[in-house]
Amino acid sequence: MMNITGLRMKNPTILAAGIMGTTGAALIRMAREGAGAVVTKSIGSQPKDGHSNPSMVKLDHGHLNAMGLPNPSYEDFLPELEKAKHKAGVPVIASIFGGNADEFRKVAEGLMSAKPDAFELNVSCPHAMGYGASVGTDPVMVKAVTLAISEITDIPVWVKLTPNVTDIVTIGKAAQEGGANAVVAINTVRGMAIDIHSGYPVLGNRFGGLSGEGIRPIAVKCVYDLHEKLDIPIIGVGGISTWQHAIEMIMAGASAVQIGSAVYEGTNVFSDISEGINRFLKEYGYTNIEDITGIAHERF
Amino acid sequence: MLPLNANIVKIVDETPSTHTFFFDHLFEDAIIGQFVMVWIRGVDEIPMTLSYKNAITVQKVGDATSRLFDLKEGDSLGLRGPFGKGFTLPKEGENILLIAGGVGAAPLAPLAENVFPSCSEVTTILGARNVNELLFMDRFLQSGQVYITTDDGSAHRCGFVTDVLDEIDVSKYDRIYTCGPEMMMKRVFGILERESALERTEFSLHRYFKCGIGVCGACCMDDAGLRVCKDGPVFNGKELVGSEFGKYTRGPSGQKKLF
Repeated sequence: MMNITGLRMKNPTILAAGIMGTTGAALIRMAREGAGAVVTKSIGSQPKDGHSNPSMVKLDHGHLNAMGLPNPSYEDFLPELEKAKHKAGVPVIASIFGGNADEFRKVAEGLMSAKPDAFELNVSCPHAMGYGASVGTDPVMVKAVTLAISEITDIPVWVKLTPNVTDIVTIGKAAQEGGANAVVAINTVRGMAIDIHSGYPVLGNRFGGLSGEGIRPIAVKCVYDLHEKLDIPIIGVGGISTWQHAIEMIMAGASAVQIGSAVYEGTNVFSDISEGINRFLKEYGYTNIEDITGIAHERF
Repeated sequence: MLPLNANIVKIVDETPSTHTFFFDHLFEDAIIGQFVMVWIRGVDEIPMTLSYKNAITVQKVGDATSRLFDLKEGDSLGLRGPFGKGFTLPKEGENILLIAGGVGAAPLAPLAENVFPSCSEVTTILGARNVNELLFMDRFLQSGQVYITTDDGSAHRCGFVTDVLDEIDVSKYDRIYTCGPEMMMKRVFGILERESALERTEFSLHRYFKCGIGVCGACCMDDAGLRVCKDGPVFNGKELVGSEFGKYTRGPSGQKKLF
């Protein structure tokens, strides 16, 4: 058992927000597939249908998506969260979003009765006007929003960061100053694809966020930089699909990892990665993940 | 995979509410029952089962399908796929039963044609609102016996496909396949459960899709969290026991909609 901000996890693989997280049943399934913890779809104050399709396309080195924060509102999501909490058997983290501190607080309070194990604040979705990265690129807003949630709850608050900023460390520090118990890095990297037959942008929203293989070096660098300057744990996410990728992210400074797009290849990705990590630790004579967290900082 | 560019080479008015759009692209390796994501540029992208290796048959039901109906021969579409799990093909010499309702005939007609040479008997129960809406009747007739029902009695038997299913001996069929409105399939499910035939039956389902590739979770069904776009759209009857099937579905936001 490992401990991430007080959450007891059987392994360091966490289902990332926005993947298989719309229903309690889907979250429970991912927990049974081996995820050490699961993060819900980002939930807001009002029902949202999201952007028109195509909302996700596979590219050569990753996936491009613009879902548009579809969610049924915290009121309708509450029973799904309760169900996940009841049956998942692993920590369930509620991802929430809002346009300002008040809206974030309203959603958090609305979900509190289901007793999520932590909140993950989505201040990083790259393609939702007024939400996500509109908040998360401004350190003052990030601090205010984080403070607003950490003030009203005793459960851990994680803040998911966008890489679409000049300096992610400034934003990470703002989260830490606001009382965040951990930061999650990174959300998707802004991107776009155009259909050359017609000239139309492929995504219904025209542009979106890139995930998967292609962004892993960006995520590794962000995690490395955050580890250098922050005192709170970092959860690494971005392009992890094998245990080797996970080890690399941990060596950059991650205490745990999240897995998203890699579910495309198979839902067994969580168990494959956690078993691979264990084999690696044993083979190289380490006793636990903390032994290798951030060791790249000592090697140069 | 980015959408491939497909030109519409022929449009057939099958019934007053359904058109078949033939492309200049053949999905050679597609398994019957799989779907493609059809991108009507500037509008939306919607899942459609293949009714031929190079065609989809569409019912006009909403904005996206209405815009699709505005397209003419020579216009183009974006296509991704084929995706999902298709039908399990029968073994040689088996007796099969197809139960099709409305536009649900779209994946079953190619199945009838495909299995006709190798199966000993292909029986179809084909239902529609009225005589004009009977879809692919000829394709089923060329493959075997067809029972026809119409809701208003304008052709053959007045009633539903389940009225016929209730009367025939389902024990003689090695495999049963069904596609149609969920309320119809729910009643089919009830009869086949009673007859202990669920295990030999495959249901082709419809849910709202976002990603279409098994990642986002928007089409997950309760209670097993099965993804209709990836684990389906074709499911064995046993997989649906105790599920949300026939009870509710979810809209784009994830909010439940009761049937």
